[in-house]
Amino acid sequence: MRERIEGRFADLRAEGRAGLVTFLCGGDPDPETSLKLIRGLPEAGADLIEIGMPFSDPMADGPSIQAGNLRALKAGMTLPRLLDLVRAFRRDDDATPVILMGYYNPIHRYGPTRFLDDAIDAGVDGLIVVDLPPEEDGELCLPALDKGLAFVRLATPTTDDARLSAVLANTAGFIYYVSITGITGAAAPVATRVGEAVARLKRHTDLPVGVGFGIREPAQAAEIARQADAAVVGSALVDLVRRNLDGDAAGPGLVDAVLGKVRDLAEAVRGARTP
Amino acid sequence: MAEPAKTIPNSFRAGPDEGGHFGIYGGRYVAETLMPNILALERAYEEAKADPAFDRELKAWLKDYVGRPSPLYFAERLTAELGGAKVYFKRDELNHTGAHKVNNTVGQILLARRMGKKRIIAETGAGQHGVATATVAAKLGLECVVYMGEKDIERQKPNVFRMRLLGAEVRPVSSGSRTLKDAMNEALRDWVTNVGDTFYIIGSVAGPHPYPMMVRDFQAVIGEEAKAQVLEAEGRLPDLLVAAVGGGSNAMGLFFPFLDDPEVRIVAVEAAGDGIDTGRHAAAMTAGTPGVLHGSRSYLMQDGDGQVVEPHSISAGLDYPGIGPEHSWLKDVGRIEVASATDREALDAFQTCSRLEGILPALEPAHALAQVIKEAPRMDKEQIVVMNLCGRGDKDIHTVADRMGMSL
Repeated sequence: MRERIEGRFADLRAEGRAGLVTFLCGGDPDPETSLKLIRGLPEAGADLIEIGMPFSDPMADGPSIQAGNLRALKAGMTLPRLLDLVRAFRRDDDATPVILMGYYNPIHRYGPTRFLDDAIDAGVDGLIVVDLPPEEDGELCLPALDKGLAFVRLATPTTDDARLSAVLANTAGFIYYVSITGITGAAAPVATRVGEAVARLKRHTDLPVGVGFGIREPAQAAEIARQADAAVVGSALVDLVRRNLDGDAAGPGLVDAVLGKVRDLAEAVRGARTP
Repeated sequence: MAEPAKTIPNSFRAGPDEGGHFGIYGGRYVAETLMPNILALERAYEEAKADPAFDRELKAWLKDYVGRPSPLYFAERLTAELGGAKVYFKRDELNHTGAHKVNNTVGQILLARRMGKKRIIAETGAGQHGVATATVAAKLGLECVVYMGEKDIERQKPNVFRMRLLGAEVRPVSSGSRTLKDAMNEALRDWVTNVGDTFYIIGSVAGPHPYPMMVRDFQAVIGEEAKAQVLEAEGRLPDLLVAAVGGGSNAMGLFFPFLDDPEVRIVAVEAAGDGIDTGRHAAAMTAGTPGVLHGSRSYLMQDGDGQVVEPHSISAGLDYPGIGPEHSWLKDVGRIEVASATDREALDAFQTCSRLEGILPALEPAHALAQVIKEAPRMDKEQIVVMNLCGRGDKDIHTVADRMGMSL
């Protein structure tokens, strides 16, 4: 529920640091390995966890996450199985916020109301649905907020002041600033522009601001962590899954490689504001 | 999820509403990065529509560059062979570039110029929309990038070469089924990345609002002309309209001006591929369920988990898992009927048309013709059928030869 996200950001504020948000495709490269990865994330330093709901046509994603989606689907991942994954994670971890991220069609097919109930039951705290702008809030966003889930919205460099109020209106948990005009995993953001953009968002909202798209290395994550409430890393981790495959299956070093990267990123984010 | 609309509206031509909805279909399901652009496009289109200078220029291009009006042609030998209703072809294959697609690209490129955009992108399946886009981009000297699935590049080589001759860059798309759906994904990714200077010319009555409305409006010239022409030739409206649907732009263009004429039956023909029961088809309205893809809600070929199913059709232009949202609405409210034709039936119709009328139809309208071949013999001799012959078949001769076991 959204309180878990709000509580986590309150803790981060109290600690005087930014958070690390990690993204992995649920079920990539297979459900079992995916659960191992997700279970390992909090200990490796992820403060919030985003899990991608696989979709055959991820229009806002670059090649890395497209490939992650397809690997997960090929390994038999479905939305019900993804909720099982969250349920299994929640058995051991009651503190780390879990946000599902993806596209609307699988939820539409599942049935929005039933999906919201099942997601809450599984222990999901928030949703990011890339292709549901404020113009289409009635179907999923408003019912999700009513039921106590956070609906995290993306703001982008093209979101001008006039539009920002509509984007912020039904956003909860945090606002996700997309630091580039582009797809996931593309060019790196320019730090000064990110700082200005975060400052602009902060003039319009009290919500924490997470920044993502294009952040791959610990130094970049630290730079973002000095200017925003959280740094989001996705494609770099999904790429590590791919690079540690043995054919189509998980190679022996896959889990350690991904979690090792998360540790490096977390260390950089945690140390970013220390003089 | 809302139930499909059941009440009969006063007019079938009033849509969409302000949010771009036709009943439960349509809408704007896109990433936030694109929303400001889509809203700006909608404003620019509304302004252009109200500007007599825009209309004058569009009409001049359609007349002098495209070659409109296209004839309404009485297919005499086909009519005699079928032994029933009189069959007319709306000859949109005679347009410059060989298909109806150019009606829309002319309208959108004039809008792009009005909006000061310097770079044009498009998706293409059969290549007809890509060629029509590359053509008008060349005419205005604008940079043009066309996304095309690798599978379509293979089966539509002449059109790929035409686009390159016209100065466009054809970018092969290797993701997913490597056809039209994936080309559209890739074009959307380009647009998200180059949102400032780029105009995306969508080729069908699909995508987020305002595209389904705007493309329909640009294609409606087909039906407006056909209506005037059939009244002149026969003194009355036709009994039946038939057109093939992939995304549905040629069909919507023919149907729209007739939607409020209840005496006119309307049939949209989907691609049944190897047969609906084989699962290898592209018949979204016949065998799909409502879903959200490429910016709008409409009938969609998808599995139980909401993953898009790869379509199959001999016709690259119909090889798409969705359908324009207005068609879905018209089907649900009962204004249009939906039929389908298999690859085999379309190939037979292709050859029938070539031999009897001296016209090589594209494989897309060959699907419509397959339906005419089923319908006309059951109708009276005084009855009238108008079919949209929306493209010419030169681009398909390699595919047809291959299926006939010949090599060129």
